[in-house]
Amino acid sequence: MAEQVNRKPYVREVSPTRWFLRDRRYMRYMAREVTCLFIGAYTLMLLVGIARLAQGPAAYEAFLAALREPASIVFQVLTLGFALYHTTTWFNVTPKALPLQIGEEFVPGGAVAGAHYVLWALISVVILFLAGVF
Amino acid sequence: MSERLMQLEVLRYNPESDGETRFQSYEVPCRDEWVVLDALNYVKEHLDPTLSYRWSCHMAVCGSCGMMVNGEPKLACKAFVRDYPEHIRIEPLAHFPVERDLVTVIEDFVSKLASVKPYLIPKKEQPLSSGEYLQTPAQLKKYKQYTLCINCMLCYSACPEYGLIPAFIGPAAITLAHRYNQDSRDGGRNERQEVIAQQVGVWECNFVGACSEVCPKHVDPASALQQVKVASTMDWYKEHLMPWLNK
Amino acid sequence: MAKSNKPIVWGLFAAGGTVSAFVIPVLVLLTLLAALGHVPTTLAYDNLRGFAASWWGKIAIFGVIFFSLWGSAHRLRITCFDFGLRADTLVATVVYAVAAVGSVATVVYLAAL
Repeated sequence: MAEQVNRKPYVREVSPTRWFLRDRRYMRYMAREVTCLFIGAYTLMLLVGIARLAQGPAAYEAFLAALREPASIVFQVLTLGFALYHTTTWFNVTPKALPLQIGEEFVPGGAVAGAHYVLWALISVVILFLAGVF
Repeated sequence: MSERLMQLEVLRYNPESDGETRFQSYEVPCRDEWVVLDALNYVKEHLDPTLSYRWSCHMAVCGSCGMMVNGEPKLACKAFVRDYPEHIRIEPLAHFPVERDLVTVIEDFVSKLASVKPYLIPKKEQPLSSGEYLQTPAQLKKYKQYTLCINCMLCYSACPEYGLIPAFIGPAAITLAHRYNQDSRDGGRNERQEVIAQQVGVWECNFVGACSEVCPKHVDPASALQQVKVASTMDWYKEHLMPWLNK
Repeated sequence: MAKSNKPIVWGLFAAGGTVSAFVIPVLVLLTLLAALGHVPTTLAYDNLRGFAASWWGKIAIFGVIFFSLWGSAHRLRITCFDFGLRADTLVATVVYAVAAVGSVATVVYLAAL
């Protein structure tokens, strides 16, 4: 005996602009994503610096002076924070995208991420040295 | 053996009579060792036989009892009441239409799962007489983790991209495609790529990672999807820069 | 639906994210030092010009700016969508155009150095 089944599924809408506000996990994700705003803006600032460098000593001095503005310092401090958050989140997930199988076992994710941190420290020290900081 | 009186606030929806969903409260005396599923079974047995929900094994292997417990996708049989305050809100799994009460419409997931051809496609036909496939422990380990999926769909509930883009093929389906792609006995990767290399395939994933966080079997679908992206990218460059290479 | 062309920009994003993860923090440190009055030696005009004039200096500067721009551009595209801005084609065109213009500008300025 076949009964007529009346289906009327109820669709629960998801807000395209506020979905991330309802969960700490999603907020952390959005924080990671907005690092691109600061890193992107900072990269454009570097580009401006190179442009001013090419335009001569007066232009470059003006660039350095602009760097000293309070707004610029605040921006750079924020960028440093966001850049560090990008770096840590990036290194921590790299082993998931590029698993390394040696023999039968996979290299533990912690080891792969750890290697990135070590390399990062080395590169940073080298750059600081080349910049004449020490 | 102590008991705790808990308030269950459960989403109700009757398609034959309701226009909207509503919440109904039940007072349930819960034993310490109970899981949310036990509380729901108490409701159905003693308080309200009309409450509808899926469940089966009660031991986190069948994948039937997925639901939102205080806003988090959980298996009802794996959510221990002792970990919750007195008031527990229970809703159907997010991002799926509600069929009735806590029962969701899962046809979308089932059809997406089928579309990725989740079965071994041999590289070439071999007669039974040629014997079994041989596989080393290393070859097995390459995909073993991704075989553990119980199709519970918690990952689809956690994935915000699936919530925003219902056409997204989703974590579990793509992970299962990856499981077969990584299997040394399989030769069907190109066929599966047609599906998972689409925009609504792996490319809707933004590596939020929520899927892996909620997975009750620790499958880590997020890692599978990133590996699919890497492989698909290498594919793309090979196809476009070296088209003379045979597929 | 045919196979997507996302791999192009995703590959750039992966490279960009990696480059910026490794060098942006230390670079911000350097410009912050300059901003606070202690201009690192190499950031002084003559030294920096000398660095940018060398072939490997040009490669390093271009590499950092190019990959960091494209990585940020792609992520910004995704972020806009996540914030509810659904006009993906428009957003993609804008962000990639900025990255492209920035890349060309870098080449032009480096060539002048």
